[in-house]
Amino acid sequence: MSHAHAEGNAIESLERTTLEGKNKILGFWVFLGAEVVIFGTLFAAHIGLRNEVNFSVSGADIFSLPIVAIMTALLLTSSMTSVMAIQAMHRHDTKGIAVWLAITVLLALGFLCLEIYEFYHYVHEYGFNIQESPFSTTFYVLVGCHGVHVAVGIIWISLLIGQLFKKGLTVVTAPKIYVASLYWHFIDVVWVFIFTVVYLMGKVG
Amino acid sequence: MAHAHAHAHTKRYSGFMDWITTVDHKKIGILYLVAGGFFFLVAGLEAILIRLQLAYPMNGFLDAQSFNELVTMHGTTMLFLAALPILFGFFNYIIPLQIGARDVAFPFLNSLGFWTFFFGGVLLNLGFFTGNVPDSGWTAYPPLSTEFSPGQGMDFYSIGLQLAGIGTLVGGINFIVTIVNMRAPGMTMMRMPLFTWTAFITSILIVFAFSAFAVGLLMMTFDRLFGGNFFDPSTGGNVVLWQHIFWLFGHPEVYILILPAFGIISEIIPTFSRKRLFGYTSMVFATALIGFLGFMVWAHHMFTVGMGAVANTLFAIATMLIAVPTGIKIFNWIFTMWKGQITFNTANLFAVGFIPSFTIGGVTGVMLAVAAADYQYQDTYFVVAHFHYVIVGGTVHGIFAAFFYWFPKMFGKKLNEVLGKLTFWLFLIGFNLTFFIQHWLGLIGMPRRVYTYLDGQTGWNEMNYISTVGAIAMGVATIILLINVIITVRKPKDAPDDVWEDGRTLEWAVSSPPPEYNFKQTPLVRGLDGWWLEKRAGKTAMTPAEPVGPIHMPNGSILPLIMSIGLFIAGLGIMYHQTLVAIGGFGILVVCMILRSLIDDPGYHIEPEQLEGKGVKA
Repeated sequence: MSHAHAEGNAIESLERTTLEGKNKILGFWVFLGAEVVIFGTLFAAHIGLRNEVNFSVSGADIFSLPIVAIMTALLLTSSMTSVMAIQAMHRHDTKGIAVWLAITVLLALGFLCLEIYEFYHYVHEYGFNIQESPFSTTFYVLVGCHGVHVAVGIIWISLLIGQLFKKGLTVVTAPKIYVASLYWHFIDVVWVFIFTVVYLMGKVG
Repeated sequence: MAHAHAHAHTKRYSGFMDWITTVDHKKIGILYLVAGGFFFLVAGLEAILIRLQLAYPMNGFLDAQSFNELVTMHGTTMLFLAALPILFGFFNYIIPLQIGARDVAFPFLNSLGFWTFFFGGVLLNLGFFTGNVPDSGWTAYPPLSTEFSPGQGMDFYSIGLQLAGIGTLVGGINFIVTIVNMRAPGMTMMRMPLFTWTAFITSILIVFAFSAFAVGLLMMTFDRLFGGNFFDPSTGGNVVLWQHIFWLFGHPEVYILILPAFGIISEIIPTFSRKRLFGYTSMVFATALIGFLGFMVWAHHMFTVGMGAVANTLFAIATMLIAVPTGIKIFNWIFTMWKGQITFNTANLFAVGFIPSFTIGGVTGVMLAVAAADYQYQDTYFVVAHFHYVIVGGTVHGIFAAFFYWFPKMFGKKLNEVLGKLTFWLFLIGFNLTFFIQHWLGLIGMPRRVYTYLDGQTGWNEMNYISTVGAIAMGVATIILLINVIITVRKPKDAPDDVWEDGRTLEWAVSSPPPEYNFKQTPLVRGLDGWWLEKRAGKTAMTPAEPVGPIHMPNGSILPLIMSIGLFIAGLGIMYHQTLVAIGGFGILVVCMILRSLIDDPGYHIEPEQLEGKGVKA
């Protein structure tokens, strides 16, 4: 890495040192474009159908904002810790990356546990399952799709921490970590919209 | 351990194993062509069965259910499993050559995209063996596709297309990154051949359109298999939601199919007119504009749904606007031929035949865009005639033209010209016989997707019979093409590098077929039509941009195939509510992904002394 140290800005972008790394980052941005459409379509369906409760409970009846607020705080914080990991990567601080990524994973696990509890609670307390109404179907498919993304992120980032210990910070592992961090920010942004459109609008009108 | 292979100099696999593990863009291109060609024949056979049923009034050749199944499978197979994969085959084979690259950006993902598409296609067609075939039309409108389609038929549709769609999306991302990042020195965006440009815009459309469709299919899967209520009006669900999502994908899809054909025509006509493409910049601009407008017009498929006069007017005007950039293209092709030295071989005949056929399809498209008049055309054979003029007269003509044009580059031998011209004339006549008359059939009221009609309606018997004769002629033309291919592949490889002598783009500067590393030295591109410029300057090879050196190649991998089989198993598990099977399928996928992430592929090197062909000194 002596070469990288010689050129000032090369240290900043270990993830862009190789063509493979550049390809991976651009490809991932394009993939995120596809993800925007995927979630956009789900949001459109939810906005169209969220008042169709089929004589069952509505969002205003069941949503509990305190627990959703805690989930939001956990996920937003995890997005920040993934930034700290990238900062550590730009300092070539392998241990720092691992620590910050581990905190990210722990926060994400907390989020996921709360979400599973939330779904469980809705089903057992209110009989609010996926077959109840168009509102319940779009709610579970949209929020569940986000939840699956979180779960995938947890497995993915955990694997990357393992690779970091085995292979160290190289031009192969750096783009992977960078791309995982991009993914994590995207998941976070989607949650901001879910919090607003599904929960806040669902609670107040 | 991966490091054991770190300095291996040879490929790991050969023969059949090479084909199922290959990450070489040229081999994957051929795989796409073979698989797409197979599905093209299947869907073509379905079309002929449909026409045989409609040859006579009150015909008993097929019953109503079989007819519905064949109509659905013909449309779905042609669009998703034949036309698009064949175009992907040409993208894969030609684009890296045209931009002076040694491979695509993601060779592994490229292979994954192919196998996922392939197993999606197999899953979609599995219904023929289980007795439950999709039967709600390729548009799959609920409640016809949900409540009124019991059995597994439409599950094959939703899960099969979901898999095929993942493959297509992966391919689209790969082409975008390849074109942006992998161009040779000097190959600026505005020096790219138009085929590469159309592939680029098409890939952008794929990324945004197919992801919307993936969500639509997911919703349909939830409604059909898990008691969801998206499209169930009895609980407050909305069937029009599906129509919006479907056409938000479906309309860009038709541009996804036609833009590459535009690109192909823009390559072939200049080559055989011995002139540069007229209005290159406006062609690029028109392509981008068509791609953009293609997303703004989806609701013109829904004029009669009841969206209201304002929405109908807006979508009608936006639709008519597309005629402007398309018209620019038509005129540019004509001006390219103007005063050129035109060679009418089979490739160019198909390219020139494309222009009037596609223009007729475009004109009826503008007619259909008139929302008020559309109430008359809606769901009649006029619509069938329109989109077949666009897809067969446009895309299929383009595919046949590309096949004759690039076949020598891909296989090192020219297709037989006599048989080729026979194919062209039979196909052109058969195509017009089949579909031209359907305009009138539609205008006098014959609805689409009916399995039979009553005797004694003025003109219906005769026109339907003529249409069937035309379809058989197209079938014979395709069989002649197959015979042509079989005859040609048995001949020795004797095609020169620049087989048409007037090749303009970089693929004609390498041998036919090209070596696995494409370019011994990365070429330096000095302008538009780079190879033509070098020839004009008296050179016999491209100017190299690097000295001869070892070339790094990626290793083949069996993982994409296994991952796709995992997805296939998971899809079947979901369809039949076998949770363990579904988990097992996804487990295979996840294990393969983890293996891929953990084991680095160091690739291998081809040393300079192993490189074939004469070296060009830097």
